[in-house]
Amino acid sequence: MSGAVLILEDGRTFSGRAVGAPGTTFGEVVFNTGLTGYQETLTDPSYRGQIVVMTAAHVGNYGLNDEDVESSRIQVAGFAARHFPDRFSSARGKEPIGQGLGEGGVVGIDELDARALVRHLRSRGVMRGAISTQTASEADVTALVEKVKEQPTMAGAALALTVGTTTRYGFALPPGIARKGRVAAIDYGIKRNILRMLAARGLEPTVFPAAATAEELLAGRFDGYFLSNGPGDPDALSSCVAEVKRLVESGVPVFGICLGQQLLGLALGGTTYKLKFGHRGANHPVKNIQTGRVAITSQNHGFSVAADSLPSNVELTHVNLNDGTCEGFRTTDRPVFAVQYHPESAPGPHDSGALFDEFVSLVERGEAR
Amino acid sequence: MPKRTDIKSILVLGSGPIVIGQACEFDYSGTQACRALRREGYRVVLVNSNPATIMTDPEFADATYIEPLDRDTVAAIIAQERPDALLPTVGGQTALNLAVALDEAGVLEKHGIETLGASVRSVRLGEDRLLFKQAMQEVGVEVLLSGIAKSIDEARAVAAPFGYPVVIRPSFTLGGTGGGIAFNKDDFEAIVRRGLTLSPVHEILIEESVLGWKEFELEVMRDAADTFVVVCSIENLDPMGVHTGDSITVAPQMTLSDIEYQAMRDDAKKVIRAVGVATGGSNIQFAVHPKTGRRIVIEMNPRVSRSSALASKATGFPIAKIAALLAVGYRLDEIPNDITKKTPAAFEPTLDYVVVKIPRFTFEKFPGADTTLGVQMKSVGEVMALGRTFAESFGKAVRSLETGRTGWIDAPSASPPAPPKADALRVPRPDRIFAVLAALRGGTPVATVADVTGIDPWFLDRFQEVIAVEREVRAAGRRALGDADLLRRAKRSGFSDPDLALLTGSAVADARAARTRHGVTPVFNRVDTCAAEFESRTPYLYSCYETEDEADPSDREKVIVLGSGPNRIGQGLEFDYCCVHAAEAITQAGYESVMINCNPETVSTDYDTSDRLYFEPLTLEDVLAVVEREKPKGVLVQFGGQTPLKLAKALEAAGVPILGTSPDAIDRAEDRERFGELLRDVNLQAPPWGVARDVAEGLKVGRQLGFPLLVRPSYVLGGRAMRIAYDEDTLEAVLEEAIAAFPDRPVLIDRFLEDAYELDVDALGDGEHVVVAGVMQHIEEAGIHSGDSYAVLPPYRRVPRAALGEIRQATAKLGQALEVVGLMNVQFAIRGGELFVLEVNPRASRTVPFVAKSTGVPFARLAARLCLGETLPGIGLTEEPPVLGFSIKAPVFPFRRFEGVDTILGPEMRSTGEVMGRDRSFGLAFLKAALGAGIRLPEKGNAFLSVHDGDKDALLPLARELDSLGFRLLATAGTAKALARGGLTAKTVLKVNEGRPNIVDLLINGSVDLIVNTPLGRESFYDEVSIRRTALDRDVPCLTTLSAASAALEAIRARAAGALTYAPLQEEVRV
Repeated sequence: MSGAVLILEDGRTFSGRAVGAPGTTFGEVVFNTGLTGYQETLTDPSYRGQIVVMTAAHVGNYGLNDEDVESSRIQVAGFAARHFPDRFSSARGKEPIGQGLGEGGVVGIDELDARALVRHLRSRGVMRGAISTQTASEADVTALVEKVKEQPTMAGAALALTVGTTTRYGFALPPGIARKGRVAAIDYGIKRNILRMLAARGLEPTVFPAAATAEELLAGRFDGYFLSNGPGDPDALSSCVAEVKRLVESGVPVFGICLGQQLLGLALGGTTYKLKFGHRGANHPVKNIQTGRVAITSQNHGFSVAADSLPSNVELTHVNLNDGTCEGFRTTDRPVFAVQYHPESAPGPHDSGALFDEFVSLVERGEAR
Repeated sequence: MPKRTDIKSILVLGSGPIVIGQACEFDYSGTQACRALRREGYRVVLVNSNPATIMTDPEFADATYIEPLDRDTVAAIIAQERPDALLPTVGGQTALNLAVALDEAGVLEKHGIETLGASVRSVRLGEDRLLFKQAMQEVGVEVLLSGIAKSIDEARAVAAPFGYPVVIRPSFTLGGTGGGIAFNKDDFEAIVRRGLTLSPVHEILIEESVLGWKEFELEVMRDAADTFVVVCSIENLDPMGVHTGDSITVAPQMTLSDIEYQAMRDDAKKVIRAVGVATGGSNIQFAVHPKTGRRIVIEMNPRVSRSSALASKATGFPIAKIAALLAVGYRLDEIPNDITKKTPAAFEPTLDYVVVKIPRFTFEKFPGADTTLGVQMKSVGEVMALGRTFAESFGKAVRSLETGRTGWIDAPSASPPAPPKADALRVPRPDRIFAVLAALRGGTPVATVADVTGIDPWFLDRFQEVIAVEREVRAAGRRALGDADLLRRAKRSGFSDPDLALLTGSAVADARAARTRHGVTPVFNRVDTCAAEFESRTPYLYSCYETEDEADPSDREKVIVLGSGPNRIGQGLEFDYCCVHAAEAITQAGYESVMINCNPETVSTDYDTSDRLYFEPLTLEDVLAVVEREKPKGVLVQFGGQTPLKLAKALEAAGVPILGTSPDAIDRAEDRERFGELLRDVNLQAPPWGVARDVAEGLKVGRQLGFPLLVRPSYVLGGRAMRIAYDEDTLEAVLEEAIAAFPDRPVLIDRFLEDAYELDVDALGDGEHVVVAGVMQHIEEAGIHSGDSYAVLPPYRRVPRAALGEIRQATAKLGQALEVVGLMNVQFAIRGGELFVLEVNPRASRTVPFVAKSTGVPFARLAARLCLGETLPGIGLTEEPPVLGFSIKAPVFPFRRFEGVDTILGPEMRSTGEVMGRDRSFGLAFLKAALGAGIRLPEKGNAFLSVHDGDKDALLPLARELDSLGFRLLATAGTAKALARGGLTAKTVLKVNEGRPNIVDLLINGSVDLIVNTPLGRESFYDEVSIRRTALDRDVPCLTTLSAASAALEAIRARAAGALTYAPLQEEVRV
């Protein structure tokens, strides 16, 4: 077994076993408390630039397969857990997680005290760090900490412009599904399941690059616009915000998820801020303020819209019961709504699929008008 | 929505006596529910027949009825208390069935009682497999292909398309009683017939077999706003085919991907809505085909269950408490999470550790019982362990079992191990998992083992990793003790110090010292419901070999209580009750209470029972780790039965202060030689006795003492391997058995006192004074284990006042001589006016809660105060409390679970639980006790009498009384002749070997209502066994001693004379 270390910018070091690709990787170190769905997490573009620590004891139990992917590649900058089993068990599985990480060029570490690491991040906040299989001595560690400090921080990072598609493409409706509308999905790092869920409901998506202009988008005369999830700091995306503003003003239905909500929040005149350690997992309770019903949600975000920064034509619709943060809003004067969490799940509970139905009805109403 | 104000009082039903399939977990759930409802200001009326429960302590309800849990009794209590609502979901299947019965009898409607949690309709849907199937099909959830049959012909038709194996489940029986898997036509017919008989509605379900499929359970909750959460997912390591109560289970589930898991969660949501559980918790079981992934819902329990107790302990999410709050209108988001204090209960706990549960079996108590595990639950208890990985947790769970294994490693046995059965892997038996480990060690590939056992390869791969570490340690031998990295890896894989000692050929102390020297010591992590996302405010801890300790002990003075480990026959709920009281006393005395226990079913392992909870194995290593971290003022070992007592000496040797009676005094009472000296010192006598270390010595001692003899190993509870020998041949066999069961312990041989009667005394001491808590008389003569006897408080007959005085004096002398601080129990026998001391146990006994409930004095709590340094006068306990009326403790047996096993009682304890009957007269108290134990004494009908020659004279007055009460007498030829001599006419009935129709035929035809059958000796053994078994299967009361028969008659007479009355414990003057 060869060793690896996970080093944080404040100098805290965790040692463990090297898994995946050899080398050194840098990123913002964040933790995810989901018990299942590591492959969806690995391939979720919103994790670009992040070293993800899974809190579950054993990660990789059912291996990696060809289906449970949210994008075409492993996106995380590094992966850590208490244990990545060398052997998996699943009829669908194709390869062990370590092998998949290696092939994806991702440096991983296990056998470290992941709980201590999570407790550290919880109390100090998420921070930059590195996983390295190349630090043999104390001097190496010290040098690595210095290098970590030289890395860009997540605050101010305009990652969403770099992860998604560079050319527009269509996503076909599944066989037997009648088209209810055409929507443009702006890819800031879109998860594949969002496209699947739109398509399954008869909304035929055309996927646009993050840099697409409103002009270009509106020219397509779509029935609705979808703003996707994605990595990085929304505040660094002023060009995108400007385009989103124009989409909102068009009066065509707009639905945003995650980064999409943050961009909408900014476009509507609100502000965003960085959470201390974010929300990443599959167990956060989100209350629908109108129905009183609580959904257990899939979450992955480090930034949030400040609820009190939103103008009076924006109504808070969903709130996180753990910390009271804004989980969803809609405008009272336009067909625009957004949620911070992930109704497309993948991974996570399927409690919130109805939000896509809501988008469908907005689109259908728009057409009728 | 806030809580409901339209209801004021709520009736809570308990689950009654501990039986297989329904154990301590319902004390945990009932206690949580009662406490939560009272805290919300509701008037709580509780009915439970089990006195050993915490929930029946008077402070948990406004009106506590320790009365039988049958429809008529509860209906009478309802008429008296007029509650607004009924909460039937925290008392197991017993409470649900009772709710259905009350509903069917119109009682609920008559009094306008609303059912909270699950409606009667949901209960029926959950239980009635046909209705369930329809409901599932309506919402698109797949179920097993199945059909209902009410006759053997219907059964054949239903099963025809399924092929073999095929599963048979009787409707409405507890824990699947009477069900089975048929592999061929003959099995099929036999199981179908049995199932049709045992089902109260004479109906069975026949299902396609999912034998070998993966099995999962989801513990879910739903509130009135339709918010749905999964509290915990559980994966059974043993695949489908083994009852989940008998399976090794793991939480969270390990082998499903998110897509598969979420689809299961979606199904669960549909199931709870379709069944219509408006609020509360449910347990939903699924089978998943290992290759195709086809998923089927197997069953759902619309109530708190054994698995919800496990899930609560596994996650820190108190399901029963929250279910009770949801039932009165709260919503999940209105209830705070106790652990974080900041986040709400509307969430799904996430775990960063692995939980393993292993069931505990006691087949050694039931020779001849089939040890094959199937759809009918056979285990009596369970342990749970938490570790950072599956391996760490599994190793801890195995050593928590107290079955002699040190953990991963098989201890070398003095005698060569029995060769494993050829089918040891294929057929699920209690020790199959060890056969699996042995096969893997021997090089059998994982794929082969997985194929034969149906165990998912994921678990087997983890075993392989452990075995690789084991090989490394074994190969290094003593050198391993110098290898810090290897030691750390071994400890992280769950190896115990004794495991390491066995692997390295060194002493346990050396292994321990070596790892400590290398800094390989455990830390404590918190169970926090959220994988460290939020700070935990509740010290609920488990040990692991990580790097950061979260125990964070305060600087207050602490006292540790050692719990009683897994439930087993002889050591169960009663001891958990005592431990809970000890913790309360510690807190009340101003110390911090620290609990160590590994039984997930208990109240003691609730994180709010003590100030700090360590969910840990009760081994020296694990207890010392806690002691080193907490640095307590001392440790209490006398409340948890033999489990902590076994550790007392070693703890003391390690410098840990033992509070209460000293380990040396415990040893003086247990060590036969020293006990002999003690008795001589205080001028008391025991039956003549001797000690033997091998068979030859035993035979010699036996000849000297003369027959009959009572033979037993030392230091055991529950009369394990205790036997009576009437001759040398038997003695030899019995000695061999005792030595085989406990090779390292001497065998005690006592002269057995025939025709003596026994008394049990519980008392408290403060080192100087002794106060008797209660004197109980056994109804059965000496020779039947005290745990299996009916016990009466106060003594009811034949005991002269002088003898009672003598007993009290003797108790005081023994307590003073042993300087007992805390509880003690003494067993006496009186024969021909002579007093003998049978046993002294300077510790909590099984009867402590019974005596406490009978007298209203919380003796266990008082005893703990004595251990903490108070005196008897100081706590105001200076004399034996009076008992109003009579309290009778009746045992409850698991014989139904073990087909073909003889039900005759002996010195080895076999009851799993007990009930209590209280009333103003002996007869009425006995009637209630019997009813509570499920024995419905007839008021008239046919009484069958068959007694041995020695009993024939004494039978006459009883027979006369039966006659005068209007019973028609039936008897075997010999007994009939004896009755005729006394002027009584009895119809002669053939014995089984005398032709047909015989007594068993009459029983099956329902022509016998009461049986008095005292053992006739070896020659008619078969006859008797079949009578007793048939009586059991047909629910016909069968009395096997004349004293029990006489007590039963008194009850029948009392019943005829007047109606039963019911009074709550809280009513001080009740009789």
